[in-house]
Amino acid sequence: MKITQISVFLENKKGRLYEVSELLGVNKINIMALTIAEERNFGVLRVIVDKPGKALEVLKQGGFIATLTDIVAVEVGDYPGGLATILKVFSEHDINVEYMYGFVEKFSEKALLVFRFDDTDKALDFLKNNSIKVVGTQDLENL
Amino acid sequence: MTDTLNYRDETLETLGRSELQNLQLKNLKETVAMALKTQFYKKRLNKVGIKAADDIQTLADLNKIPFTTKDDLRECYPQGLLAVSTDEVVRLHTSSGTTGTPTVIYHTQQDLDNWTELVTRGIVACGVSRKDILQNMMSYGLFTGGLGLHYGAERLGAMVIPASSGNTKRQLQMMKDFKTTMLHITPSYMLHIASRLEEFGFTLGDLNIKKAFLGAEPYSENTRKKIEAFFGIDVYNCYGLSEMNGPGVAMECVYKNGLHVWEDAYFMEIIDSQTGKLMLDGEEGEVVFTTLQRRATPLLRYRTRDISYVFPGTCKCRRTHRRISRIIGRTDDMLIINGANVFPSQIEEVLMRMPEVGNNYQIQVEKVGALDRLIVKIEIYSKMFSGEIKQLENLKIKIQQELRASIVIKAMVELHEPGSLPTFEGKAKRVIDNRPKL
Repeated sequence: MKITQISVFLENKKGRLYEVSELLGVNKINIMALTIAEERNFGVLRVIVDKPGKALEVLKQGGFIATLTDIVAVEVGDYPGGLATILKVFSEHDINVEYMYGFVEKFSEKALLVFRFDDTDKALDFLKNNSIKVVGTQDLENL
Repeated sequence: MTDTLNYRDETLETLGRSELQNLQLKNLKETVAMALKTQFYKKRLNKVGIKAADDIQTLADLNKIPFTTKDDLRECYPQGLLAVSTDEVVRLHTSSGTTGTPTVIYHTQQDLDNWTELVTRGIVACGVSRKDILQNMMSYGLFTGGLGLHYGAERLGAMVIPASSGNTKRQLQMMKDFKTTMLHITPSYMLHIASRLEEFGFTLGDLNIKKAFLGAEPYSENTRKKIEAFFGIDVYNCYGLSEMNGPGVAMECVYKNGLHVWEDAYFMEIIDSQTGKLMLDGEEGEVVFTTLQRRATPLLRYRTRDISYVFPGTCKCRRTHRRISRIIGRTDDMLIINGANVFPSQIEEVLMRMPEVGNNYQIQVEKVGALDRLIVKIEIYSKMFSGEIKQLENLKIKIQQELRASIVIKAMVELHEPGSLPTFEGKAKRVIDNRPKL
């Protein structure tokens, strides 16, 4: 079960990040997780929101370059070594992680992490076959 | 400035104007005879009623001939302007064009000998002798700057170190070890060396330089003075262009007051670039040259796009060959970046090949220390954005690599959001040159 991340190209100029958050806020879109990858004069903001379709629409209307990316949200045991445990399994089975980040809030006793895999479908099959809990879009909306 | 005046060929260099003009006419007729052997000029000259060299009776008859442009040269690529059989050609030099079509100049052995002689004449006028040691820091290869000076200095009997450009530490080590007395170098590279001398572990005391020939890019009188003061040397302005062989077209003498154009080899006109009308001495205009000695690739009334003016009056060195000012501008939008010629259209061509690049871009040139820096700013095309930063990094690298291949310059690439670069309703001003004016 994939969930949708929104990637926004941001030029490195004053107030640009504020403008994105402001736009989402005004449209009652809630940011649930985010990270920024940065280069010298630009960055890419990655966000998980409760209403990705609407978010993409308002961002594009607002003049931002934005696109949707498939990612996978996985629940990971919230204890020392919890992340290492799952990464070890991925590594042993050739599931490559391109990048990952965590949700702002917790929704159960486990931590919720977002993974971008180089092969999302392969990763999902693997997770399913190994009974690792994947959080879907529906779950996010219900949170 | 040295007190002794040196000549390579005193009679020729101080020839009376009317005798010099007679020589020009004789050489012009020979040039027209050769030009009639090329596909391009045969057609063009016949059209204006010139069918044989004798149809040129006076220098003023040259006015019947239309100007030759860089575009003509491109259209003639590769052999439309070749006047001799390829068996007679011993070398060629090409320059890359804005549209990807290069231009080519062929040389017979005699052409190369003549070119070499002009360079030798020029450096002798600056007081160079066979005792000198020239470290030639211009690029060797298709670019004419390296080989041109090389052979001219060799013919004089000076010792030549064919160092080419780059690797500053090794350059300085050679200057020290071989007691180099003169350099041929671009002004920006010279300033770069001045600013980093100590960083490379050298002091002025390690150097034995007396003179430097600075060319390949425009520079101001202040830059000359700054370099002269820093190194304690004489700096001479040296002008040439590949279409007219390369360096050696015009060079300063010890008086450093304008560059003597070797008028037995080049017929010079200064024109109004809009109307084509001849300008008077002292009036700025586009420099137009006719080759008077070249057999393989004769060029008649070639528009250089360089702007200069003729110095009125005679020079204290007694040479009768007229002087032009340093090049003060261009009639086109060509940029000279660290000695390399770059047209904005070459950059545009690279950018517009990339689907990820939007329609707007900006070219910025900055002075960083002594060197020029080219910054290319582009807007991302929103539909091509995949969401991955890797894609953007790859795009930057790809643009850099393709620019490097096209204009031989390392550019900094900046990615911007659509709509963030200035837009224009009329003629777009995409080039911002922030370098201090000459």
